[in-house]
Amino acid sequence: MSEEFKVEIVNPEKSFLSKEDVTEVVVPAFEGEMGILKDHIPIISFLKPGIIKVYSKSEENKYFVEDGIVEFKDNSLSILTSSIYNMSDLDKNKIDQIVKDAEKESSADNIDDQKRYLIDQKIEVLKNLNLN
Amino acid sequence: MASLDDLKKRISSVKSTQKITKAMKMVAAAKLRRAQENAEKGRPYSEKMNNIILNLSNGISDKENAPKLLTGTGEEKTHLCVVMTSDRGLCGGFNTNIIKKAKQYFQKILKENKILKIITVGSKGYDQLKRQYKDNIIEKISFKDSKNINYFDADKVGKIIIDRFEKKEFDVCAIFYNQFKNVITQIPQEQQIIPLKSNEEKEANSDSSYEFEPEEDEILSNLLPKNISTQIFKAMLENSASEQGSRMSAMDNATRNAGEMVDKLTIQYNRSRQAAITKELIEIISGAESL
Repeated sequence: MSEEFKVEIVNPEKSFLSKEDVTEVVVPAFEGEMGILKDHIPIISFLKPGIIKVYSKSEENKYFVEDGIVEFKDNSLSILTSSIYNMSDLDKNKIDQIVKDAEKESSADNIDDQKRYLIDQKIEVLKNLNLN
Repeated sequence: MASLDDLKKRISSVKSTQKITKAMKMVAAAKLRRAQENAEKGRPYSEKMNNIILNLSNGISDKENAPKLLTGTGEEKTHLCVVMTSDRGLCGGFNTNIIKKAKQYFQKILKENKILKIITVGSKGYDQLKRQYKDNIIEKISFKDSKNINYFDADKVGKIIIDRFEKKEFDVCAIFYNQFKNVITQIPQEQQIIPLKSNEEKEANSDSSYEFEPEEDEILSNLLPKNISTQIFKAMLENSASEQGSRMSAMDNATRNAGEMVDKLTIQYNRSRQAAITKELIEIISGAESL
């Protein structure tokens, strides 16, 4: 029996990625990283800033997301996000730029705790990337 | 009868108008293709979003404490209408159709003695509504400066709406836009976004119980504002495709009409020229005969 399921990543502008032969997806869910395999029970969850890893038999892709929702149902995983970057497209300069913007946002006074937490999370994830 | 010179001037002026409308048609056609592509690409997101929310709201157990964005405030006193039009004219009945649809809705509300508030998106809508509903318009938004439609703009509109909702400024919110069907047909749409009402009652797949992380109501309260921005974004995409389509067919018509007019004027020009020649000939002949 095959272990593959379908994943679809969409953002408001277009369908970002659609694959039929995925074996595992790891998403940065709100309460920790979550690995999804075939025949997972239906689930809806939020994403926090982090890395989505999509594994198939032949390859492994990584994407950086800032927010989003995942829905898994009937062996089809949908990820809706408003900002997503392919990791191979991100270079150091671009990451630095995003980090800088985020730091500026985080230092503003008028944001609530949850938002600040998310932004800090984002900075942390990106900084860790930089080290690699 | 207009003189020959006048006719000549008119013909050349119609011809140059025709050139403009022809160029506009081509530009609209090129833009239409892009806008249409964007609209089609944007559909999966809003559809998925809608699906998730439907599944969520079906599964929600505690209806009383559900977020207000989903269930409404329990009243229907103040209506907020978001009328989405274009920033530019010369696109046939595009703006007028939306306004017409919106005005019907306005009249219905006012007749029921409810309070009407309007937000216009796009300057043409404001221009057409300000005469009659000046006091009802609480905000006008225009994205003249942004070249392409982007989610960021839609999000801004969404935030404005949610802000006002949280301040309890209205109970029901509807958006008006043109749905793109094909180049000649655009359907003016009225869509209620607060409280959320699904257009077609989908059969509830309640057998698939979801696992939620975090809790359902937390997901919903996060998701619903996003959904509003998404719906607005969808409306903006549909609108821009419709605008270009509508402009294209309007300009096509204008070009054809200009062509007809040129033909008519040319015949008239030739006839009056011939008449002048005949008249001169008669004068010469009758002059010669009298000698």
